[in-house]
Amino acid sequence: MISLKDIWKSFGDNQVLKGISLEVERGKILVIIGPSGSGKSTLLRSINHLETIDRGEIWVDGVQVNAPLKGRKFEKHINRVRQEMGMVFQHFNLFPHMTVMENITMAPMLLKKIPREKADARARGLLEKVDLADKMNCYPVQLSGGQKQRVAIARALAMEPKVMLFDEVTSALDPELIGEVNKVMKRLAAEHMTMLIVTHEMRFAAEVADHVIFMADGVIIEEGPPEEIFSNPTHERTRRFLFEVFKS
Amino acid sequence: MQGLEFSVVFENMNILLQGMFWTVVLCSSASLLSIVVAVVLAMTGISKLKPVRSATLFFLWVFRGTPLLLQLFLFYFGLPQVGLYLSPIITGIIGLTLHFGVYNADVLRAGILGVETGQHEASRSLGLSYFQTMRKVIIPQALRNVSPAVGNNLIALLKESSLVSIITVPELTLSAQRAISETFRPFEFYFAAGALYYVVNWGLEFILQRVEARTALTR
Repeated sequence: MISLKDIWKSFGDNQVLKGISLEVERGKILVIIGPSGSGKSTLLRSINHLETIDRGEIWVDGVQVNAPLKGRKFEKHINRVRQEMGMVFQHFNLFPHMTVMENITMAPMLLKKIPREKADARARGLLEKVDLADKMNCYPVQLSGGQKQRVAIARALAMEPKVMLFDEVTSALDPELIGEVNKVMKRLAAEHMTMLIVTHEMRFAAEVADHVIFMADGVIIEEGPPEEIFSNPTHERTRRFLFEVFKS
Repeated sequence: MQGLEFSVVFENMNILLQGMFWTVVLCSSASLLSIVVAVVLAMTGISKLKPVRSATLFFLWVFRGTPLLLQLFLFYFGLPQVGLYLSPIITGIIGLTLHFGVYNADVLRAGILGVETGQHEASRSLGLSYFQTMRKVIIPQALRNVSPAVGNNLIALLKESSLVSIITVPELTLSAQRAISETFRPFEFYFAAGALYYVVNWGLEFILQRVEARTALTR
């Protein structure tokens, strides 16, 4: 479903991604862990073309995201491709001037020309799924961090994406609010949504992942099923990282 | 010495009220249009295309660097020379719109740049184009963020609108002058006109406060 081939990316002199390749099969969940600055967020953002890569190929559901097109043709292409991908950010990025309902229905109504009644009905369904049916007329400023993030997930799901990308979605949350967001993501996992998750939550990663990648300094150090990576890492670098994380 | 006699104002009140009516028409249309102009100029001012950006900056520079009165004279007396005849009221609206549109554009451009990049990213990640993102996500937030500054410009617009009396728009200041030429009572009529400007200003400030209060929640 998602296929990355030899991805390279630098910011100026700083080489952030050094030849990353990976695959995510339909309905599977890939979790990327690693120290900050390892390039995992940049990698995830590249898939949605929020970062432009220097070299390599990104394929999602048989379509090349970084297709060799120019100017307006590429713009049209990328806007279409992005509709197939849901992205959730660390800082929620809800639209503060819209209600919860409007946040969710705006894109489907504008891009898929779905009539308001139908979009509203679907949004209500999604809000029930993220346990926020009672908040549909609130503005984002009235919500807690965990609630905001669940709305952000509903907003992404409203476009009926084929894959979901999660970029450290619980990193900005108070500890007691992390659980409610993880719960929603587990529900999605149970529905066999294809997901790529960048996270610092090792216990959550161990629980939901089909496959775990440990990244450091722009390369994949080690990968495998979660039980292997977490209980029996083969690389010194992975061991040290997990030791530091679980020490705290 | 003549002494002051305000009863003469009340006898000629309908002249002043007619003037006030035109001031309100002039200012409300110029205010709304100046915001439209500001949105367009703010967008072209941050365009990726260099010629578009340069042309915008040149336009802003010309209109900010020259007096409103001169601009009005140019439109009213100069344009007929090239075959363009505009009525005084239309000329007044165009002059005020462009002059204050330029001020509002500057404020709005800063407001657009002040919206977090995360808002762009969230919108683009849903599949919205650049222009859809601007229209639905960025401009509405930028307008809210700069509404106090735009409000100040609109109050200035209201007061500067008295300048269009010189190109014979029958607004409040010109009406006062007409009443004076009939009654020879400058103090009373200028004073009364000032009071009526104040009333319109109150109305404007009331509207601005309502707009700010309504959008405060959503920030």
